[in-house]
Amino acid sequence: MTNSWTDIKNTDLVVVMGGNAAEAHPCGFKWVTEAKAHRGAKLIVVDPRYTRTASVSDFYAPIRPGSDIVFLMGVIRWCIENDKVQWDYVRNYTNASFLVKDEFGWADGLFTGYDEEKRDYDKSSWDYKMGEDGFVQTDPTLQDPRCVWNLLRAHVDAYTPEFVERICGTPKDKFLTICGMIGECSTPTKTMTSMYALGWTQHSKGAQNIRGMAMLQLILGNIGVRGGGMNALRGHSNIQGLTDIGLMSNLIPGYLNIPTEKEADWTTYMSTRAFKPIVPNQTSYWQNYLKFMVSFMKAMWGDAAQPENDWAYHYLPKLDVPAYDGMRMFELMNHGKVNLYFCQGFNPLLSFPNRGKMTQAFSKLKMLVIMDPLATETSHFWQNHGIHNDVDTAAIQTEVLELPTTCFAEDEGALVNSGRWIQWHWAGATPPGEAKHDTWIMAQIFQRVKKLYQDEGGVFPDPILNLTWDYADPLEPMPDELAREMNGRALSTVYDLKDTTKVVAEAGQQLSNFGQYRDDGSTMGGCWIYAGSWTEDGNMMARRDNTDPGDTGAFLNWSFAWPANRRILYNRASCDPQGKPWDPSRKIIEWTGEKWEGYDVPDIPVTAKPGEVHPFIMNPEGVSRLFSRGMMRDGPFPTHMEPFEAPIANPFNARMRGNPVARVFESDANQFAAIGDPEFPCVATSYRLTEHFHYWTKHNPVNAVLQPEFFVEISEELAAERGIERGGRVRVWSKRGEVWAKALVTKRIRPMQIDGKTVHVIGIPLHWGFMGAAKKGFGPNSLSSQVGDANVETPEFKAFMVNIEPSAEEPVA
Amino acid sequence: MSETAPQPKTAAANPPVQPIGSNLLPSDVVRISATKDVPQPDRQLTKVAKLIDVSKCIGCKACQSACIEWNDTRPEVEENVGVYENPHDLTPNMFTLMRFTEWVNPETDNLEWLIRKDGCMHCEDPGCLKACPAPGAIVQYSNGIVDFIHENCIGCGYCVTGCPFDIPRISKVDHKSYKCTLCSDRVAVGQGPACAKACPTQAIVFGTKEDMIAHAEERIEDLKSRGYANAGIYDPAGVGGTHVIYVLHHADKPSIYDGLPDEPRISPVVEGWKGVTKTAGLAVMGVAAVGAAIHGIFARANKVAEHEEHEAEKLVQSGDGNGGTV
Ligand code: SF4
Ligand code: SF4
Ligand code: SF4
Ligand code: SF4
Repeated sequence: MTNSWTDIKNTDLVVVMGGNAAEAHPCGFKWVTEAKAHRGAKLIVVDPRYTRTASVSDFYAPIRPGSDIVFLMGVIRWCIENDKVQWDYVRNYTNASFLVKDEFGWADGLFTGYDEEKRDYDKSSWDYKMGEDGFVQTDPTLQDPRCVWNLLRAHVDAYTPEFVERICGTPKDKFLTICGMIGECSTPTKTMTSMYALGWTQHSKGAQNIRGMAMLQLILGNIGVRGGGMNALRGHSNIQGLTDIGLMSNLIPGYLNIPTEKEADWTTYMSTRAFKPIVPNQTSYWQNYLKFMVSFMKAMWGDAAQPENDWAYHYLPKLDVPAYDGMRMFELMNHGKVNLYFCQGFNPLLSFPNRGKMTQAFSKLKMLVIMDPLATETSHFWQNHGIHNDVDTAAIQTEVLELPTTCFAEDEGALVNSGRWIQWHWAGATPPGEAKHDTWIMAQIFQRVKKLYQDEGGVFPDPILNLTWDYADPLEPMPDELAREMNGRALSTVYDLKDTTKVVAEAGQQLSNFGQYRDDGSTMGGCWIYAGSWTEDGNMMARRDNTDPGDTGAFLNWSFAWPANRRILYNRASCDPQGKPWDPSRKIIEWTGEKWEGYDVPDIPVTAKPGEVHPFIMNPEGVSRLFSRGMMRDGPFPTHMEPFEAPIANPFNARMRGNPVARVFESDANQFAAIGDPEFPCVATSYRLTEHFHYWTKHNPVNAVLQPEFFVEISEELAAERGIERGGRVRVWSKRGEVWAKALVTKRIRPMQIDGKTVHVIGIPLHWGFMGAAKKGFGPNSLSSQVGDANVETPEFKAFMVNIEPSAEEPVA
Repeated sequence: MSETAPQPKTAAANPPVQPIGSNLLPSDVVRISATKDVPQPDRQLTKVAKLIDVSKCIGCKACQSACIEWNDTRPEVEENVGVYENPHDLTPNMFTLMRFTEWVNPETDNLEWLIRKDGCMHCEDPGCLKACPAPGAIVQYSNGIVDFIHENCIGCGYCVTGCPFDIPRISKVDHKSYKCTLCSDRVAVGQGPACAKACPTQAIVFGTKEDMIAHAEERIEDLKSRGYANAGIYDPAGVGGTHVIYVLHHADKPSIYDGLPDEPRISPVVEGWKGVTKTAGLAVMGVAAVGAAIHGIFARANKVAEHEEHEAEKLVQSGDGNGGTV
């Protein structure tokens, strides 16, 4: 989230699209209720299904799964046509006036530079025209046909309300009503918030869905302001923490990158990291990259990381592929290239696409280690459960070890919520049986592996032997020790950068913010964005002071928000170019004449004068991007791409399949249904229900009572067409698998008219498997296709093609 | 145990950490089933109410889950029969149930998904209590809470037929009648109901009836500003008002909310029966006589299932009033 949950109460319009906040985030949704009750805010829901969020909305419109970009570009087009643009914001705080290279263009659904063989773009034309002074060329009058604004106008021109109706299935009048409601938020005194979740991410173009809304929010001047923002509702209570501390094969904590093979040495690696400003006078935040990286290396390897050995850069793995994401790992496993797999707090047999392939892959392992508080389906993948897990146990040789762990309520530590608040919590219960904290298990394993290296040597023992492990009990690091390490501390005296006689921190002291991180080895810090969370004043994450001066929803003394305890990112943009709040009644900070001050931690150097330093200091442009240059693999503007399985061909280019640069493994390529395949005429989409949390709560009898059995949701029309009764049993199948479910026949899903065709949508909730207290069932991954987002590899769970028929009885396997 | 717990004014209070005396005393009971001459209480508790704002409810069932947890009931894991209601009806183990209705508004042609939390309304004039032949099986406190006292219940099921809202459910295990207690055990120690405390959107709030009416009026104003011209309070006069009240977007049509009675009232038979019980007093045979005497009209008026009547009679004939097997 750019903003926080509590800030949602400040909004005038909530748009829930690509998510279902009331059902998947019922506790956070209270802030929507609050905005409605006390600010008179309106709620719009755009969703293939009339959801429980829709049930409390002011306006609802249906949309075909996988067509969000068309809708969003349509709204942008409407706003431009109808002059619903916050012009001062667009001119000053976006790259609207930047000139783009003449070679850049878009035709037939593709941007310039597409290479069909490589399934990749040559992105060199997707960039600005640079002047001889090294700065970008601009046209503040927005007259130049090559400025971003005019390119955007041209780009969205195809997305007329008629086109939206034809491709999304959203009735034109409903679409226009929504445009009108959104357009009202283009004034500086009205804001809209976007609340989205996996309904936007789980597509082969998920990142572009989100880009689309972010661009709309910029055009309306809604980024950086109270009640505005792009608010990603994270799917797990601590999934934000997972990404923050870099639990991905290509990340280092704090969103730094694991080097690639091409970056064999430190100098090469650093050369592309510390972006230089491309507009005059700008501060570019990433110029601090070196400080963060060196401090990270010191946290990892202490004295073994020295300037002479490039901070032990050679200890870091170098990626030979963009990432070893989940889908790639399971692909490798399926090819027999993985022997041992550690599965910690993860139930991939149900949560990764193409279940059949998952079972095959696990069967090829030598050993599978499960660390989980629950008896998961993954840990029992080898066990025959009739149709619900129809495997030949005798043929599976994989050895499975289950290491029972504690659950969150039995742990002390921190959880990071969607609003980036790192909230400390204490153990509420004693672990049952043999359950151990994950940290205990990891430490035990590490100590044993280290001993093996000590005793027997190895090809490259140094990164293991020299790993910093200075915990009081090396066999069980404590949560506070780990938290302090992530915050960072001084290794030797740290001096002020300007006044080098002034001591900032003595050796051994906790650092109070990432401004104290140094690139000379005098500081260590495991995760720079968490700097300030555990200072010399103690554990900032444990703060529970709910005073809120000005009633802004900031709550600065409640826990700690990264970075720097800032509650609203880009909050400099809440003020006009002179530094006065756009909406005085919703002030966050303002320029006093000498410095920035207010209710939140300013997202700008506090003495940076308005007009000199631009508000988006994370970008070398100093402004936000309507045109995202080569930052994304699939285009600098979002362009409509159909899902890989779709009822119609891409209207811009009938040959184009899905996202033209998404990675498709060869073994998965022949597992897609053909476009418009009559055998698979229905669009399926998957989602969570409020009664359950993923595959966990089916183990709890209470949740199992509230939603006991797997079902699929279909329209009354489809039910009538196929002779399906309410509560009757159905079989649903795709090119990859089949499931049996109860039919929930509803008015909340309606057939859609898509490009002249009647298209039915089938809703497939997740939550059921073959373990736990609820009735045995299936997950959508038995059916969904195995392809991910082109930028981040989030699987396309939200749009795939299936068929459905009544089924008298559940077959016996 | 030191002082007496305060009377709760909201659902938000945190639990006491010290043992604390109950604020609901035997002397606060103002009505007792099959009992006349209830002594005049020496004090009048402030009338309480639980307000359920249907327009704010997101159907998350946190209230159902809190109710299960607090009352330590174990409803069955049932099948899915193609609806969102789970369990499919109120049961002796499920005192409250979210009922979902897909309703197409004829005026706008828009679909509305009406989600209503069903459960005991805690009627000011409780039909269940009036119908109950077992002395002391149902009581009403002066704050308005209607509570079932299970050790006095003979499982006859007359409360079911006496209830205009079809709420009580008789357990097949212990043959006692169960329903929402309005968390009288929590209220007694200064806490609001568990369901209200768990509700993430504060669609359920709790407090004095006066405060709840005032809060409801604020909500109705908001709903009217959003085009719900008929938004209103459901606090039906036919049962003397209730201590569980609703805010409805369409208060002119309560029955669209899965059959919420438009004009609930206690069957005249039950009203009349009060006189009979008076003469019958506590005698078990008297109960049987009542059952026999009014069988015909009673069944028609309130749809007593025949088996319920038989069960009641069998129970009565077994003579022990609460131990008979059915
Ligand atoms: S709703 Fe029914 S059970 Fe509850 S108090 Fe009223 S009559 Fe009795
Ligand atoms: S079952 Fe019979 S005895 Fe028990 S509460 Fe109901 S009416 Fe009274
Ligand atoms: S008031 Fe108590 S008993 Fe009644 S529904 Fe709520 S939690 Fe259940
Ligand atoms: S907890 Fe509140 S919002 Fe959730 S279903 Fe119950 S009344 Fe509705």
